[in-house]
Amino acid sequence: MNAFKFFLGLHQDWLRENTTMPRNTIRSTRNRRLAALAAGTALALLAAPASAQSLNALVWCDHADPELIRPFEQEHGVRVNLREYEGTAAGLAILQQSRPGDWDVLVIDAVDVHRAVDLDLLAPLPAEALPTADFFPELVLEDLNTRDGITYAVTEKFGYNTISYNRAAVDPVDMNDLSALWSGRYDGRIAIYDYYLPVLGMLALNEGIDTADLDAEALERLRAPLLDLRARSRQVGEVVASQTALATGEVDILVGGGEWLTAVLAEENPDLDWTIPDQGAVLWAQSIAVLADSANPDLALAFVQYITSPQGQARLATSSCYWGMPANIAAGTELTDEQRAILRWDEQDTFLTRAQRYPVPDAELDAAMQDLWTDMLQN
Amino acid sequence: MTTARENRLGWGLVAPALAWVALFFALPFALMLGLSFARLEGRVVVQGFHLDNYLRFFTEPALFRGLIVSLEITAIVTVVSLALAYPLAWIIAFRVPRRWQRLALVLAILPFWTSYVVRSYAWLLVLGQNGVINRALLSTGLIDAPLIMSATRFATVTGFVHFFVMLLTLTIYANLVQLSPNYARAAADLGAGRLATFRHVILPLTLPGVMTGAFLTFVLCIGDYITPQILGGNNELTLPQLIMMQLGRRGDFPMASAMAVILMAVVTLAYLACARWLRMERV
Repeated sequence: MNAFKFFLGLHQDWLRENTTMPRNTIRSTRNRRLAALAAGTALALLAAPASAQSLNALVWCDHADPELIRPFEQEHGVRVNLREYEGTAAGLAILQQSRPGDWDVLVIDAVDVHRAVDLDLLAPLPAEALPTADFFPELVLEDLNTRDGITYAVTEKFGYNTISYNRAAVDPVDMNDLSALWSGRYDGRIAIYDYYLPVLGMLALNEGIDTADLDAEALERLRAPLLDLRARSRQVGEVVASQTALATGEVDILVGGGEWLTAVLAEENPDLDWTIPDQGAVLWAQSIAVLADSANPDLALAFVQYITSPQGQARLATSSCYWGMPANIAAGTELTDEQRAILRWDEQDTFLTRAQRYPVPDAELDAAMQDLWTDMLQN
Repeated sequence: MTTARENRLGWGLVAPALAWVALFFALPFALMLGLSFARLEGRVVVQGFHLDNYLRFFTEPALFRGLIVSLEITAIVTVVSLALAYPLAWIIAFRVPRRWQRLALVLAILPFWTSYVVRSYAWLLVLGQNGVINRALLSTGLIDAPLIMSATRFATVTGFVHFFVMLLTLTIYANLVQLSPNYARAAADLGAGRLATFRHVILPLTLPGVMTGAFLTFVLCIGDYITPQILGGNNELTLPQLIMMQLGRRGDFPMASAMAVILMAVVTLAYLACARWLRMERV
């Protein structure tokens, strides 16, 4: 603060107390500094248009890693402004409250791309300009990212909502069977990830229901096991709370966790692991899209291309907020052996065959799922 | 008698404050109130005058329970904070030498200097199974197994009390130091012991400060989202948490607005009760 006052020369008491300059020198110094400040500001304003191009992206927290964004900014000489959000409803609300052109890029749950298309929010992408030919075939997700043959989004990252656990405190063999959670052996040592879609999907798998077949009737079958699991759990928490609980030994098992949750903790505690049980797991995938009202559509497309490039994919996969598998197989060469091991790169073929996609409920079923989830939390 | 010029000057002076309140309180509140009567159909907000959101709130146990949980936690926090803050303020006002009082107050408000979120996460680590308290108790042999404190209502209340004790200490201290020592002397002259002096003289005179602090605690506590979200482990949901769920997950702005209006009504009732009680005290 003092430095600020000194620079402006406005705090003459400070100068009188801290310098031996006579009063007229102080005034003259102040005038020179004010003139310099004014000139600097004018120059900055004049120079502004040359470096003013910026890209505004509405993203998930993994995109906020400077290691991911800086190379793009340097290559294109632009600034990328990021705003993080959680939950599609929150993201869509931000877009609807913004002016057209405020946002250029959107990261969205792959299962919600059509929801954004319905609202005319997304711009068509040139499919030939995207490296989907290098993607894991299961992750192209054409049915989710395109409509009527038009591509509106592209998958950028994926992973699994499954079981994370502490090998030192839990029998890893038990973690191959979801029903172990209800066995009584781990009562009070379980946490549930606070997101209804993947956890209800996992419970559906445990009941022998495919996630794609989850309807209102099937949902009712999940009520009792969900409430039972809740009674056996210590807490239901979002990402940071779940990581903290697992890392501090508060709980030993996280239902709904996966590599995205334990990978960033692996260095501190290698015992934190994850697996896909026999019943299967839920595959999550996030997509990236350009907004229809983007003021910088070319730059926005360049950003999408960067994120889906092998380099961008590798950086996104190991982002500081959470890790996840890159959709682009070519990113494998950009990752270290250790990073690939943590991501279980070599097991992806098997995992992908055992994982089912997120449930995609319509508005009515979605409301029913959330009601059940609220009941579970409040009981 | 005021002249027209004085009137204009008066309005001119008040106008910025009125405009501020109208723009940043009255208008947003009116919009929120209007939205609370709209309805979410599918994923689309349909404007109109519907009471569905209010009916749903009072008939759906999981939602209504949020209000009850909020009131319970707020009541506990207010009572515990008062019980701790009054003696602390008393000690600072009457037992700490005057030259050290300023330092004591600075120490009392020290927790305000750290981020609210960081402070809550710090409590999570203190109260955890492997946290400071459990380790100390286990190492001294006072307990055989770790106590379960985090992700409980106890943790939420602890986080709140840590914050509000400081707030209440300040308001009560400000009241205590204004009391003339002659009140206590007069009571002693009339034969009152220390306890009787406190009960019949000091406490009634400081009650306005206590009530003001308690009301502030009530308002800030019942509307808080961060502390229960971090420390409560989602084992019970308060009303602000449920409001956030409507916004972040469902995109149900009408329902969230209705719940916010209900929360505001509760705070208004608390304010009216407090104001009425203070007026009665003055009479």
